[in-house]
Amino acid sequence: MPAILSIRDLRKTYQGGLEALKGVSLDIEEGEILALLGPNGAGKTTLISIICGITTASSGTVTVAGHDIVDEFRAARALIGLVPQDIALEPFEKVRNTVRFSRGLFGKRRDDARVEDVLRRLSLWDRRDAQIKELSGGMKRRVLIAKALAHEPRVLFLDEPTAGVDVELRRDMWEIVAELKASGVTIILTTHYIEEAEAIADRVGVISRGRLLLVEEKARLMKRMGRKQLEVELTDPIPEIPPALARHRLRLSRDGRRLIFTYDRQGRRTGITALLNDVAAAGLVLRDVQTRQSSLEDIFVDLVHGEQA
Amino acid sequence: MNWLAIAAIYRFEMNRFFRTLMQSFLSPVLSTSLYFIVFGAAIGSRIREVEGISYGAFIVPGLVMLSVMTQALSNASFGIYFPKFIGTIYELLSAPVSFLEIVIGYVGAAATKALFIGAVILATASFFVDLSIAHPAAMVAFLLLTCFSFALLGFIIGIWAGNFEQLQIVPLLVVTPLVFLGGAFYSTSMLPPVWQKITLFNPVVYLVSGFRWSFFGMADVPVGWSLLAIALFTAACLTVIWWIFRTGWRIRS
Ligand SMILES: Nc1ncnc2c1ncn2[C@@H]1O[C@H](COP(=O)(O)OP(=O)(O)OP(=O)(O)O)[C@@H](O)[C@H]1O
Ligand SMILES: [Mg+2]
Repeated sequence: MPAILSIRDLRKTYQGGLEALKGVSLDIEEGEILALLGPNGAGKTTLISIICGITTASSGTVTVAGHDIVDEFRAARALIGLVPQDIALEPFEKVRNTVRFSRGLFGKRRDDARVEDVLRRLSLWDRRDAQIKELSGGMKRRVLIAKALAHEPRVLFLDEPTAGVDVELRRDMWEIVAELKASGVTIILTTHYIEEAEAIADRVGVISRGRLLLVEEKARLMKRMGRKQLEVELTDPIPEIPPALARHRLRLSRDGRRLIFTYDRQGRRTGITALLNDVAAAGLVLRDVQTRQSSLEDIFVDLVHGEQA
Repeated sequence: MNWLAIAAIYRFEMNRFFRTLMQSFLSPVLSTSLYFIVFGAAIGSRIREVEGISYGAFIVPGLVMLSVMTQALSNASFGIYFPKFIGTIYELLSAPVSFLEIVIGYVGAAATKALFIGAVILATASFFVDLSIAHPAAMVAFLLLTCFSFALLGFIIGIWAGNFEQLQIVPLLVVTPLVFLGGAFYSTSMLPPVWQKITLFNPVVYLVSGFRWSFFGMADVPVGWSLLAIALFTAACLTVIWWIFRTGWRIRS
C-alpha cells in the first residue's frame, strides 16, 4: 500500500537555536492509526505543526498523498484535519458556527447535513447553539474534533486528544477514532497514556529529543521487546523460596502464595520446563499458573531511558 | 482562489460585528450627536461659516473620516490580533488558504464595518444639518479607499502587535493626533502660514480635504494630490503586506 504521508529527513531548529527535530523520516500508510509516544519536549507537536503548515521546517520534505506540503500546500492541507494540543476557540461564537466556519475555510461548500452529522457523532448536537465559553473543557475538546472533521479530512492529527479528559470521554474518543479508521481515515495521534496507544494504535512510534527512536507494529513491538512473567500460585503459602529453586531467580509474593518468574520469550530456552520440574520436585502443590506480557509502558520507559543514558 | 474560505472568514468576522450590533450602531450615533452639540452649537455660534459653508455642515466630512479611519484600523487590527492572542490562528495557518485570501477576508470585513459606521454617521448628521453632496461618485470612492487602506494598515498592526498595549499604541499615538491635526474640524487655510506648510506633511490632510471636496466642491489641497496621497498610502500598506507574506514575519515560527 502506498504511503499517504511521507516524511523525509525533517529537521527543525527554532529561532534561538533549539533543535527540536533532528532528522525524522517516516512513512504512514493510508488507513492506519499511528501513535506517537514521547516525553515532554520530544518534538511531537513540532512534527505535527510542520506537516499541518503552522511551523516551517528548517529542512526536509513532507508529502501528503503525493502533494508536497510547501509547493502544493492547498492540495496537501485540504486532506488534513488537525486537533491541536491546546484548546483554542473563539469564546463568544456558537458551536455550530465555528464548525461551519472550519468547513468553509477548507474550501468546502456549506453542508448543514454534514455539520449536523459531525456534531451528533460527537454528542454536541444538543449544544449546537451554545456559546463556546459555556461549554466544559471536555466538550470544547469535542468541538475541536468537530472542527477538524468538518471538511472530511483523509488524514487526522490528534495532538494529545485525551489530555485532561475523564475516563468516559476517553473511551468515547477511542470509539470515534475506531469509527474514523473504519471509514478509511488515517490517524496520527500523540499521547502520554501508553494504555491509549496500546488500546487503539496499529503502529507505535517513539520519539525522544527530536529523534524517532523506532516505529513498529504494536503487536510486534511488544513481542520483540516484551518480557513475560510466569506466575505460579501455590496451594499452601511458603515462608521463603526453597533452596532447590534458588537457581531460577524467582521472586516470592508477599503473602507467600505466588512465585513470579520473569523470562524472555525470544530466547530459545525460556527455562520454564526446568522451573516446573524443580517446583514439582520440591514438593510444592500448584493451584494455578498464569503468564503476563509486559506492557508498552515498560518498553517505552526502557527505550527512552536507554537513549538518555 | 479559495473563495469559499474568503467568504467563511468574512462571514465569521461580520458575525462578531452583528453580535454587538447595538453597540456598533449606537456609539457612532451618540458620538456624532455629541460632536454636533458641542462643536456645532458652541463653536458654530461663533464661527458660523467656513468658506461659505455653515460650520455644522463643514465638519461632517471630517467627522466621517475620523470615525471611518479609526474604525477600519481598530477592527482590522483586532480582527487578526485576536486569533493570534487566543490561539485560533492555528486553523488559518493549517487551512488551504493563501495569505492573500486571509488579508482579503479580514480587511474586507473591517472595511465593511467602517463603511457601515461611516454611513450611520452621515445619516445622523443629516438630521442636524442640510447636506448636499457635489460629487457623489467621488465621495463613495474616497470613502471606500479610506476604509480599505486603513483596514490594511490595521491588519499590519494586528500582525505586528505582540500584546494589547502595542495594539493600541499606533492608533493612539500616531493616527488619532494626525486625524485631529488633519483639518477634520477646521480648514487648514485658517492656520498661520507656518502651520499651513507643516500640515502638508500630514497625510490625513489630503484625505480629509479630498473627501470634503466631494461634498462642497472646495478643498484645502488640489483634489489630484488627495488621490495621489491615498494611492501612495494604499501602495505602501500593500507593500508591507506583501513583505509579510514573503517572510512569514510574526506569523509562522
Ligand atoms: N515556538 C517555539 N520556539 C522555540 N522553541 C520551541 C517552540 N515550540 C516548541 N519549542 C521547543 O521545541 C521542543 C519540542 O517541543 P514540542 O512542543 O514539539 O514537544 P512535544 O513533544 O509536543 O512535548 P509535549 O509532550 O510537552 O507536548 C521543546 O524543547 C520546546 O521547548
Ligand atoms: Mg506537544
